[in-house]
This record gives sequence, C-alpha cells and structure tokens, in this order.
Amino acid sequence: MRIAWLELRRRPSRFVTATAILALLATLLMLLGGLLDGLLSGSTSAVAAQRGDLLVFSSTAEKSFVRSRIPPVQRATVAQVPGVAEVGGIGVAQLAARVPGKGPRDLADVALFGYELAPKGVPSPPGPGEAYADSSLERKGVRTGVTIEVGPARTPVKIVGTVNGLSYSDQGTLWSSADTWRMTINANLPEAGVGPGVFQALVVRVDPGADATAVAGRIDRATGGATESLTVSNAVDAIPGVSQQRSTFNQIIGVTVVIAVVVVALFFALLTVERTVLYGVLKALGATSGTLFGGVVLQGVVVTAIATAVGAGIALLLAAVIPPGTIPYTLLASRVLSSSLFLLFAAIFGCVFSLRRVLRIDPASAIGGGQ
Amino acid sequence: MTTVGQEQEQEQPTRPALEMVGVRKVYKMGDEEVVALDHATLMIGADEVVALLGPSGSGKTTLCSIAGGLLAPTAGSVVVGGQDITGYNAKRLAKFRQETVGFVFQSVNLVPFLTARENLLVVDQLGRRTGKAARDRADQLLEELGLADRRDNLPSQLSGGQRQRVAIGRSLMNEPLLVLFDEPTSALDTELGEQVMELIRTEMKSRGTAAVVVTHDERIVHYTDRTMHIVDGVLHA
Repeated sequence: MRIAWLELRRRPSRFVTATAILALLATLLMLLGGLLDGLLSGSTSAVAAQRGDLLVFSSTAEKSFVRSRIPPVQRATVAQVPGVAEVGGIGVAQLAARVPGKGPRDLADVALFGYELAPKGVPSPPGPGEAYADSSLERKGVRTGVTIEVGPARTPVKIVGTVNGLSYSDQGTLWSSADTWRMTINANLPEAGVGPGVFQALVVRVDPGADATAVAGRIDRATGGATESLTVSNAVDAIPGVSQQRSTFNQIIGVTVVIAVVVVALFFALLTVERTVLYGVLKALGATSGTLFGGVVLQGVVVTAIATAVGAGIALLLAAVIPPGTIPYTLLASRVLSSSLFLLFAAIFGCVFSLRRVLRIDPASAIGGGQ
Repeated sequence: MTTVGQEQEQEQPTRPALEMVGVRKVYKMGDEEVVALDHATLMIGADEVVALLGPSGSGKTTLCSIAGGLLAPTAGSVVVGGQDITGYNAKRLAKFRQETVGFVFQSVNLVPFLTARENLLVVDQLGRRTGKAARDRADQLLEELGLADRRDNLPSQLSGGQRQRVAIGRSLMNEPLLVLFDEPTSALDTELGEQVMELIRTEMKSRGTAAVVVTHDERIVHYTDRTMHIVDGVLHA
C-alpha cells in the first residue's frame, strides 16, 4: 500500500490522463443529476413540500389536481378515519398574470395554490386577495408589494411575501388562502369552478407512529372508493412526466457510471501490464497478490476521489454561474454525495478487472525462471 | 543485539543453507514435456559462496528459482536452512521468501520511484514490519555498501554499480540464510563486475550467509568457494 501511495505522490503524471477523464465523467454525472433534480424540482417541488403524509384525490381524477374535486362531505369522512390526525384542503389554478410595468403580452405563468396546511417554507395562509410568490417569479417582476392581475378576469392578487424553491409544472407558484384560490378559479376558469368548501385534494397528516399506507387504504374504504389516497412521494411520481424524466436521466447516469467502470478497468489493467516486471520482483521479495491488488485499489480510489472533487467543483461552479430560471439545474448535496459514491464504486469495481492479472503474475518471472 | 538469522546460525552452526535432493522440474509444452532440471542434488554450506555456471537454457535459473521458493519442483525435496519447503503453497512460499532468502536479479529491478533507502525498506514493508529496526538496518547496510550519501537518490540518479549495490543491500535486509544472485555482473563492465563480485564475497563471508551466483561468466569463479556446472538440466557438482 505504501509503495502504491508513494507512486501516486512521486509520479502523479502517470495518473493525470485517468484523473482528467474521470473528472469529466464526474462533472457529467453531477451535471446530469443537477439537471434531473432541477427538472423534478420545477415540476414537483410544490407538491413535495406539502407537510403531510398523504394526498387524497377523487378516484376519477387519475391523481390530477385539475380533474379532482373533494366535496366537504368526503372531507368530513376522511377526517373521521382512524389514524388521521389532521386534514387540510388544497387546490391549484394555472393561469397567466399581468404584472405592473410589463407589456400586455409579457405575462407571468403562475400556479396559484389555495391551502390550509402550510407547506414547508410557506407561512400561514395570507389575507383575502393576497399571496406569497415564489422567488423564481421575481425575474418576471412578481415581487413583494406589487399587485398582479391573474387570468383573463384580471383577478387582483397582492404579493405580500416571497417563498423559495416551490414550482409546479415548471411554473412559479403563488400561495393564497383557500377563499382567494376559489374566487380566482371561479372567476377565470368557470368550467372548472369549485363550490363552497370544495377542494381539489386533501393533505392528510396521520397520527404519530401510524402506518401512512394503511391509513390511505382506510380512507379510500371509508369514502366507498370515491377517493384515491397516495403518499406524498407517490403523488410526486404521479405528476405527468416525472417518472419518465427520472427514468431517462437515471439510465443516462447509469451508462455514465458504466463508462467510468470501463475507464478505471482499462487504465489500471494497462498499468498492471506495464508493472508486470515490478510486480514479479515484489512477489519474489514476498509480496502477496492481495498486497499488490490493495495497492491498485488504493490508487484507483485516490484517483477517483480527486477526479470526483474536481467534478464536484466544476458542477458547483456551474450552479453558481447559471442564471436562475434559465436552465433547470439544481445541485443538491445528496446528488454530489451519491455521484461520488457511484464513482468510488466504479473505481473499486474497475480495479477488480486487474485482479486476475495480478494473480497470474509469476514471481519466477522476476528472474526469468517461469520457463 | 542478536538478530534472528544469527540466532538460527548459533543454534545450528553446521546446518547447510541449502539441500536439494533429486529435484526435477518438468514443463508441459502442449503434449510434450520439457525437462528443465533433472534430478539435481546439491548441498551448500552455511557461509558458502557457490557459482552456478551454465549456458543459456541449461536450467540454472530454474534451479535458482526452486531454491528460492519461486518455483515448486515437480519432484524431489528442497530444504533451506533446515526448512523443508517442498510442499509449501504460494502463501507459505511468499512468507518463506520474505524471511529466509534474498534475491539479486539480473536487471537489478529496483522500484524506480523509491529512493535507495526506500528500496531496502520495501523488504520490511512486505514482511515483518519492524519499523525503526528496519530503518536502522537499511542505514547500516547503505553505510557498509558505501551508499550512505546516496540513500535519498532515486535509482535513475545512481550509476549501474551503485544500483547493483542497492540491490545487494535489499537482498540482505531480511538477514537471509541464502542469497541468490542471477547474473549479477552481466550488465556491468569487467572492472565494475569484479568490484561487485568482491563486494558480494565480502558481504556474504562477513555475515556467514550462503550465496548462489548464477552466471555464464567463467571469470567470476575465483570469487566463489566452489563452482557447479549445469548443462541441459543436469547438475555437475
């Protein structure tokens, strides 16, 4: 191990090529992950932020807010189900808004939520005709203090505060009281209008220690099958396009990891071939195959760790220089960590391909006594 | 301080360094068998320096490899310092090589990115890991070999003779009972070759360590106690 470490320190140029290629792969891996997380965040963060365990839709809605309606009677039924601790209504209207100072065609696409249970990062519902705006809408001029006109009916909504990182279907969100949302949707989308006390979905918090999935089943039985209850993560996945995006990106990420395995395997296989004589001598001096292979793995892990650090640095730099709202790119710490672990796995797995060569090196070759 | 090697010598002062009885080595080449070593029997005393002479392909390297635990014989027995290594598996042979024998290879084969001192310490790192004792021994050997001022030089910064001396120092790091030299002078000019052989003899005799010097160079035989010839795998003691 010490010999392998000293080689890394004293002959770094030997490892530059592999480190550079792996750094590019690490950058690609984190860039892909950041794009996936950015896309998913743009589509789902408003739903994922719900402070609840379950989302309840009407069973005919196919898990869609737009098609779902939960009347007050069903809500009361849900609230009575054993294991349900708290219920809050939620609804959304996707509309275009006129912003003061902007031209009539320069509209801001907004998703106006009406809510009762405050999601993560959102204060309690504001007063009538007021809303909190997601910070991504600021570049459209939607900021605290302005009053925008939402929808063709030009429903006035005053922005009274800002929230961060909450988007829905790639639209910036507005967070208003249930009454403001109901008034806005009825004024602008009369065909989708909702009656008093009606919501599109319910956010349900279950009792501490209760099994959310079991409670979901009880809710749907209690409503006679009129509802479809999902965990919040399942509701996120049910948003159109989310599963497809995740699946596509994960396949690309998987292929990138496989390429990293191949790069490490080829590089260290070549190094092992190059070191055949040296390994023969070391074996003659008493080194075991395990010792030599341990050195190969150490070098693979160190090279990959350096490449991963470089890749993470580039990915962070990109996150800093990409203007907000231009490219859906969100670099999460968990993504950097998972990408690093994938690459370290690739390094170790790639090195395994050198093991057979190391095992086959005959110590007698050191003095030409193999034959 | 008494070293392990010295203890063994004190306990068994007359024990031969190497005994080979009826050793045969046969390689399979397709359907044919090639006899590289044919019933070789020899005995080398505890501080004896023996030259093993023979032309290329005569089996001298095979004999040397078997004596050093690098190759297993097809038949016969090999005893080094009283230790019968005939039936040893690869792991036990590796440990045997770590502790009992030293090698000096034809092309020297120092680790190119390690200094002279670190090349000696490799032996300790692969074996017993005695730490400071090993560092002291490496310094002592380098001093004795006239390389004290070159201890921090890489092999590329040393002359051919200096590299050969480092290789000799490395072979002595584990205080071996037997050192096997494979054509130690083949890469050196005549004068340097004679200096190296003189050094080998001096070092072996001063330590009471046995040595087998594999060579095809008749000129070195007067530096050894005895000469053995090998032709077509048959040993003539």
